[in-house]
Amino acid sequence: MIRLTRRYRFAASHRLHSPALSEEANQELYGKCNNPYGHGHDYILEITARGPVDQESGLLMNVAALDGLVERRVLDEFRMSYLNDSASFAGARVPTTENLVEEIRARLGDGWGETFSAPWPVLEKVRIRETRKNTFETMVSHS
Amino acid sequence: MLITRKAEFSASHACYRSDWSAERNREVYGASANPRGHGHNYVLEVTLEGTPDRETGMVLDLKDLKEILNREVVEPFDHRFLNHEVPPFNRVIPTTENIAVEIWRRLEPHFGNGGPRLHRVRLWETEDLFVDFHGEAS
Repeated sequence: MIRLTRRYRFAASHRLHSPALSEEANQELYGKCNNPYGHGHDYILEITARGPVDQESGLLMNVAALDGLVERRVLDEFRMSYLNDSASFAGARVPTTENLVEEIRARLGDGWGETFSAPWPVLEKVRIRETRKNTFETMVSHS
Repeated sequence: MLITRKAEFSASHACYRSDWSAERNREVYGASANPRGHGHNYVLEVTLEGTPDRETGMVLDLKDLKEILNREVVEPFDHRFLNHEVPPFNRVIPTTENIAVEIWRRLEPHFGNGGPRLHRVRLWETEDLFVDFHGEAS
């Protein structure tokens, strides 16, 4: 088995604000991240896939196909956007980077089968570096 | 405990199978199929797993690891066209995946036997792409 990790970069803004909470509770919970007009980051998204190396091509996967999937399902909408405007973060779903990781995992999971033929490669990990100090990641279960 | 040492080498490679048509090569390998080759500044991170020696406090003297990396990887790979100058890449396509596996094969015999064991080879092809290999078993 080999693992391949590809990095993507996108700039976007967000505001952490829960409609279920009062103004005061939002300010107390989210602090500066609750400022009314939002704020932005240069997000670094890392996608890891796992599988055997194909004996004929020497490749785990077609990286250009992964780039296309990530572009269509993620970057095209989120790049240079206010994440709160996305239908994915309408209502009570706050665009925390935890929720952004989950959203990207779900989007790539939905598009994976049309991009790669089963059983390999599989999506193994989604990781986002929000700032140099804050990183969020989730492993993808295939059980 | 895990310890990691980094090494760098610059080399060129071409991902191209002569038994495939130009179209098929282009479809599978994209621009990397140019048989004249292109280069990268590869960054290698090698991680060993072991227990610090009671006397020295070290898993392995990093100088020794540096010498092994130089001898097995940096000296033979640096400033070479991998397909033409570094076996087995005359017959194994030097994709990043295959280069990582070959580096594992070269390093693995130096470890184990009661000492630290090779845990991971991570090979960065660019700042935005790397592969990890933990051996055939995992």
